[in-house]
Amino acid sequence: MTTPKTLFEKVWSEHIVREEPGVPAMIYIDLQLIHEVTSPQAFDGLRARGLRVRRPDRTFATMDHSTPTLPKNLAVVDPQAEAQLAKLTANCREFGVELFDLTTAEQGIVHVIGPELGLTQPGMTVVCGDSHTSTHGAFGALAFGIGTSEVEHALATQCLLQRKPKTLEIRVDGKLPRGVGAKDIILAVIAKIGTGGATGHVIEYRGSAIEALDMEERMTICNMSIEAGARAGMIAPDEKTFVWLEGRRFAPKGDEWTAAVARWSALRTDDGATFDASVSLDASTLAPMITYGTNPGMGIAVTDRVPDPSSGATPSDQATIAKALAYMDLEAGAPIAGRRVDVVFIGSCTNSRMGDLRAAANVMRGRKVAAGVRVLVVPGSKAIKHQAEAEGLDQVFRAAGAEWREAGCSMCIAMNGDQLSPGQYAVSTSNRNFEGRQGRGGRTFLASPLTAAASAITGKVTDPRTLSFDTSNARNDIGVQS
Amino acid sequence: MTATTAEKREPFTTVSSTYVVLPVENIDTDQIIPARFLKVTDKRGLGASVFCDWRFHPDGTPNADFPLNRPDAQGARVLVAGANFGSGSSREHAPWALVGWGLRVVIAPSFADIFKQNAMKNGLLPVEVEPAVYERLVAARHGDARATVTVDLPAQTVTLGTGGRDDSRAAPPSVLARFAIDAFAKECLIHGIDELGYLLDRTADIERYEAKHH
Repeated sequence: MTTPKTLFEKVWSEHIVREEPGVPAMIYIDLQLIHEVTSPQAFDGLRARGLRVRRPDRTFATMDHSTPTLPKNLAVVDPQAEAQLAKLTANCREFGVELFDLTTAEQGIVHVIGPELGLTQPGMTVVCGDSHTSTHGAFGALAFGIGTSEVEHALATQCLLQRKPKTLEIRVDGKLPRGVGAKDIILAVIAKIGTGGATGHVIEYRGSAIEALDMEERMTICNMSIEAGARAGMIAPDEKTFVWLEGRRFAPKGDEWTAAVARWSALRTDDGATFDASVSLDASTLAPMITYGTNPGMGIAVTDRVPDPSSGATPSDQATIAKALAYMDLEAGAPIAGRRVDVVFIGSCTNSRMGDLRAAANVMRGRKVAAGVRVLVVPGSKAIKHQAEAEGLDQVFRAAGAEWREAGCSMCIAMNGDQLSPGQYAVSTSNRNFEGRQGRGGRTFLASPLTAAASAITGKVTDPRTLSFDTSNARNDIGVQS
Repeated sequence: MTATTAEKREPFTTVSSTYVVLPVENIDTDQIIPARFLKVTDKRGLGASVFCDWRFHPDGTPNADFPLNRPDAQGARVLVAGANFGSGSSREHAPWALVGWGLRVVIAPSFADIFKQNAMKNGLLPVEVEPAVYERLVAARHGDARATVTVDLPAQTVTLGTGGRDDSRAAPPSVLARFAIDAFAKECLIHGIDELGYLLDRTADIERYEAKHH
């Protein structure tokens, strides 16, 4: 009888190309995704050594970080960004890499289009020069962000040198209350274990609450694994995974599909397998979450009060909270609900998919955005934009007074001109509330699409459960077919 | 590690210099180099923008209180910072910017995984020390701006020096801490070997794997 293995161990051991004592394992990369920001220096490195891309058929590129999202004026924000996009086009042409640029129907945020096109598949190793590559783990892939040096390594050799990470089980059981979703689960997880809580580990999310999530929601969860410091986050593939993938452009077809599903069905942690660490959470006790501070671990229930620095466990934690409150200009002990909001951003690789847009539209339907509040709704991909428009969601957002934009990273990273002004407060469905992340001096409250939409309507941080809205279609996981 | 495909980098052995202290936890890579500087297509030139939003006021004038801007920080090659240094984005621009400013070592109680990997690939040594050692380094620097630190990679030691004072009569400084480092990463740093050369030398293994699996 073989030793029981975790999902991670199964995928890891399948990809070992070579193992030598004292040296990290050489692991094979099945899929590399590329974008404009972290790749130019890697292609330069290849050129300097006279190397080619080893597997152009396993390498796909898109443009997302610094691309414009204004429909009527598709001018790039500045000449430097324009030059970077041009460089990606030239590099992809020179090295034979397929590029989904702004003129294509496939373009979108790299972590949205990978799954959407069926490129991301269970059991694969997936890398990208982007920390939110963890998103793809929702399909049972081992997917992690890398720096530009490793982008170059993977381009040249389709391999990386990696020390085997440890494993962390995060078990979430119980039924989510109304108005509470995947984003709230992951914000609660990070608040519980901290931004360094999973450093050196690959997380596997398990339990009845995880199994109950649809694929988009699982992507939201895995996406923010990096915000807990994890190398990657994974969820075992199941029937929902297979249904979601079937028929997508790069998914296996015919007999290959049948064989793939049989293979993928074995990708689950065996009974008796052990994790290096384990954490559990009861979904039924969760409330909508929001961050008050300047790292994603500073999350509280939207019904809670801003913590006092003295609540920190160590002098260092206390200093961290005090510094965050000073930057956010928040008063310790004050309720977070009711805080003024200037901007609401609904988008990013965390929350820009159909379920997210439907949820936000359900809250905003027939209502108006509060006076003085700017609301940006930015779909994750052109395909999602198209689908949302087919469902009339763009009309709901526009009628409410929100801006409906083109696909891209937009205000999550504020490289394309979509950004906060100094001092502004934003409720954002993105993944990072670091100082200046959404624009220098800007202040970010991370929350779910429901909480963001509710806050857009009232102009204040708002518990979505205080508004009435339809939930019947929000988890109708149709997805986008190619 | 043959000479055919490996690219030599500047070898890393021992660094001895004054140091800068940034006693803040969870310093993320957005602080180290804000995203608006990521539109470059080169690795060079980012040192001028390292910690930009902490180093400079919105009007572009330097923030004289920020540790890296103080006159006694100039020429320092070692940064001492709080736990979970380099969290967040995987941007390798962060170590490029730190190295561009002149740093060769960051000492902290812990590092984010991707930052640590990126740093070592750019000749920037992340040294993980116990919180007490970190506190000791912070206190020593606060007590004496000329305090020096010696990081000996082959010996894996951190030694606190006595700074600019004439210490010829003082007892030789003793080792403050030993640090752990991945043995392979250490070899690569000491000999200036890059991992890509190592991987390219194993192309036969890659071909074997691909023949079997793909």
